[in-house]
Amino acid sequence: MPTIHFVHPDNRSESVDADIGNGAMRAALAHGLDGILAECGGSAVCATCHVYVDEAWLAKLKPVGADEDELLDGTASERLPNGRLSCQIEMTSELDGLVLRLPERQT
Amino acid sequence: MSAMGSPQATGSNSSGGRPPAAIPHLAIDPFSIAFFDDPFPAHQALRDAGPVVYLETWNVYGVARYAEVHAVLNDPATFCSGRGVGLSDFAKETPWRPPSLILEADPPAHTRTRAVLSKVLSPTVMKQLRQHFTAVADATIDGLLARGSFDAVVELAEAYPLSVFPDALGLRPEGRQHLLPYAGLVFNAFGPPNELRQSAIARSAPHQAYIAEQCQRENLAPGGFGACIHAFADTGDITDKEAPLLVRSLLSAGLDTTVYGIGAAVYCLARYPDQLARLRADPTLARNAFEEAIRLESPVQTFFRTTTRAVDIGGSEVGEGEKVLMFLGAANRDPRRWAEPDSYDVTRKTSGHVGFGSGIHMCVGQLVARLEGEAVLSAIARKVASIAISGPVTRRYNNTLRGLETLPITLTAA
Repeated sequence: MPTIHFVHPDNRSESVDADIGNGAMRAALAHGLDGILAECGGSAVCATCHVYVDEAWLAKLKPVGADEDELLDGTASERLPNGRLSCQIEMTSELDGLVLRLPERQT
Repeated sequence: MSAMGSPQATGSNSSGGRPPAAIPHLAIDPFSIAFFDDPFPAHQALRDAGPVVYLETWNVYGVARYAEVHAVLNDPATFCSGRGVGLSDFAKETPWRPPSLILEADPPAHTRTRAVLSKVLSPTVMKQLRQHFTAVADATIDGLLARGSFDAVVELAEAYPLSVFPDALGLRPEGRQHLLPYAGLVFNAFGPPNELRQSAIARSAPHQAYIAEQCQRENLAPGGFGACIHAFADTGDITDKEAPLLVRSLLSAGLDTTVYGIGAAVYCLARYPDQLARLRADPTLARNAFEEAIRLESPVQTFFRTTTRAVDIGGSEVGEGEKVLMFLGAANRDPRRWAEPDSYDVTRKTSGHVGFGSGIHMCVGQLVARLEGEAVLSAIARKVASIAISGPVTRRYNNTLRGLETLPITLTAA
């Protein structure tokens, strides 16, 4: 079971176990993590599961899809080059230790 | 949920086929006035009877537990929408209006139209609307504070969406009085052929005529949602014939639902002064306070799906071609999923509630609804000290929507 380290804006880190094949967002919700809202529950509508991927991990992720790309333009916190929607990051065993930084705001 | 047994249908609504005995039969009519007046004991009975039940009044299956409702919503290949999301089976009956190209459609056709409306109502578009929607909500609450006592259904829950949504769509000023009756008609028509549905359809001609006219390109102001939909006909994403029907989807589902949602939120804050106090202490809770009201009150109470094959639900087989009624409101209060499900908690983690549905058909206008709800509750949080119910609260009856007819309240300023 891969572990994801979510880093809050105040640098506090929370580690969450994730199921392989699920989006990283699901793991955050199951853990009750503050900072991932996921208002649409993974329907790719809302852009409220926004994260910044730690640079060391960026190359290991599949590229941003077209729908995700458009949604990222609507995030409440600034879109950065390493910005992703965590519902679209599918967890694999290779992503064990993934570091995702949380934005200041989701809405 | 997985397939079990033969792919043949085991029965049908009209032929009197017998469902397997293991499925509990209930006499509850979820479209009766008595049910609408107090659905909660019946919701509990539906949940406790089993993962799937058979409703004898209308010869349909029902799911009321969170797990099964969520599973049905997220298996659109087995539980289709193309045969209608009301009781009427489009494979057997002629729909009362041309079917919706998004609500009453399945992939792959649905995928294309859904993508268009998703773009028209995207987070980026909401960013552009936020300032205006917030300013109008602030002015609305200021005006109501000056009056003190008023009916919150007409003067707030209806007035606010009517003051922002038709303009955002780009509707003409004339004829807007048809919008709420048309929406009421659409949501009544998902129900069975009872008095609510039959009388709504009998009175529908002038409302349908207005809607058909208003959906045409020349009647939609540049820059609005309606014009944006028509622009997708120019790029070939949809056809010229499809564009008006997609505008119709916003006119059907974009207004009354938010009226009921905002009404639900104000009703919650009026009944739970401790939660109003928490909201006032932290106005950034406004968006979640609205979301929690949607969970608790579930303005959209039910939708149907139709099975495309025999399927196992919670250990019982349901045949092909059967209508399955999803009790969204019961799922949103299922104690198997929610702690203290009947209480209103503005700090609850609400993600996963099915008040907007779930999966590929989840409300495409949810961001507009949340923007409106957040704007109103944020204005209340910053400007209102107390909300007192000051007269008789009465219910409005609709086959699908749950909400109030009157909510007399008195506001005091912060």
